[in-house]
Amino acid sequence: MRDDKDLSEIRTIIARHKLWDLIFMIVGVLALMIAVLTFMALFAHMLIEGMPRLSWDFFTSFPSRRPGSAGILSAWVGTILVMLVTAMAAVPMGIGAGIYLEEYASKNIITEIIEINVTNLAGVPSIIYGLLALSLFVHQFGFGQSILSAGLALALLILPVVIVATREAIRAIPLVIREGAYALGATKWQTVSDHLLPYSAAGILTGVIIGLARAIGETAPIITIGALTFIAFLPPSPIKAEFPFLSFEWLMAPFTVMPIQMFNWVSRPEEEFQANAAAAGLVLVVMTLAMNAIAIYLRYRMRKNLKW
Amino acid sequence: MVENSTVENLGLDAAPVPYKSEVKNLSFYYGAFSALKNINMVLHEKQVTALIGPSGCGKSTFLRCFNRMHDLYPGNRYVGDIILHPDNVNILSRSVDPIEVRMRISMVFQKPNPFPKSIYENVAYGLRVRGVRQRAILDEKVEEALRGAALWEEVKDRLNQLAYNLSGGQQQRLCIARALATDPEILLFDEPTSALDPIATANIEELIADLKDKVTILIVTHNMQQAARVSDYTAYMYLGELIEFDVTDTIFIKPKNKQTEDYITGRFG
Repeated sequence: MRDDKDLSEIRTIIARHKLWDLIFMIVGVLALMIAVLTFMALFAHMLIEGMPRLSWDFFTSFPSRRPGSAGILSAWVGTILVMLVTAMAAVPMGIGAGIYLEEYASKNIITEIIEINVTNLAGVPSIIYGLLALSLFVHQFGFGQSILSAGLALALLILPVVIVATREAIRAIPLVIREGAYALGATKWQTVSDHLLPYSAAGILTGVIIGLARAIGETAPIITIGALTFIAFLPPSPIKAEFPFLSFEWLMAPFTVMPIQMFNWVSRPEEEFQANAAAAGLVLVVMTLAMNAIAIYLRYRMRKNLKW
Repeated sequence: MVENSTVENLGLDAAPVPYKSEVKNLSFYYGAFSALKNINMVLHEKQVTALIGPSGCGKSTFLRCFNRMHDLYPGNRYVGDIILHPDNVNILSRSVDPIEVRMRISMVFQKPNPFPKSIYENVAYGLRVRGVRQRAILDEKVEEALRGAALWEEVKDRLNQLAYNLSGGQQQRLCIARALATDPEILLFDEPTSALDPIATANIEELIADLKDKVTILIVTHNMQQAARVSDYTAYMYLGELIEFDVTDTIFIKPKNKQTEDYITGRFG
């Protein structure tokens, strides 16, 4: 039996401990609000300033010296084409490297050094990738200041993201599932292609999209490569009338992308160009948010059948 | 090592059942740690052999030697032989491909581990790995395996449904069907009922009793009653050593070793 004095002592201690719960909650909510409100304020500002400029013409016009008739046609086409090259290069390389490291590589000192480096690569400033791409792709390989060079530069930039996402998605698969496949006599490749890849596809895809969403806003490496800030024509069409109907000339075309178009407009003295920049920024943010939404949706859809 | 744990002195040689497998001087190392120490025993063909012992005694490690599961991880080392009859091959030999061993010796895991695929594809997977493509053969083998695992009647109308829709006990029988579909010579069970309720456990035990007509069975269990119910032979292990191996009735009624007796009677472990 406890006497009343004992109990009241316990209650005082509990009350004191609960005070910390409250303090932490307030600090946490404040921190969260700062993050959320900052983004909302930025977005609202962009919305108010840029919204009036958003129209069909804005999407279908080339940039112009007259702010009222300037548009983002070459920029969004350029962004989509660069992203296409980035995805084509980064996805197979990143998934391949991730699978190799996770499933095939023997655990030794060399593998460990590679693993540490892959993680560190994600932290390298993006302009360094720009410099690398400038000397390697633009000059050494002779790709020039083209969509191909830009796409490959951004592919290098997001490669670590894809590799890490692939490895984490594969690691999330329970050991017993993997062992179940091996126990039936499956080879490594059968285990990878029949089980590990399909079950980790949602996680890998999420990583790819998050990587692309990062790449879409990158400016520094693209400027380093030498994207044009004013471009009033589109790259050659990838589809043509005569056999073989596909053309890859666009890969070598000069280009601009959304963030560079924005950068160009922001640095203009005229007030009206600021509205253009805000409108382009709005489009870019919506593109990024849409990509993240797709990632969330796909993860939900593909994980529905997995119970772990 | 106690006298009666060597194959020669078991007094079982006269038994009419031939050996499916002989374990000779088997030791196993996780890096520098010696997990199994000089184990000698046999598996009698189409009999159930149970491995019992306290947690960490090496019974699962021993079981996983039979399908070379340890080869999946670095730093593991086998010493000694596990001879598989009738072709008298040492399945631990470096020259024997572990994949070939796993195609001959199937395994059922502690927790039901169906693939996130349909019931049909789960059972068919072992056959697909072996390159079977014809639908008719797959259909026939899948049905046969599901019947063998006493699951056919429950799932025959929903073979294309996801395996996760089954109950835990059904999932474990599905895993048994998956292991049976490829006609294994030995079926390994690693505490197959530890994640199941008593009724599902009883079903699995019944199934194991039925299966021994077709296949040699080695089962790890930490439930002594289960070992007594399902097995013909029992091995008691402690700290990586085989303490006693004998006919199950002998182990449970008059074990020769004091340690075994203490464990069986619940004074230890």
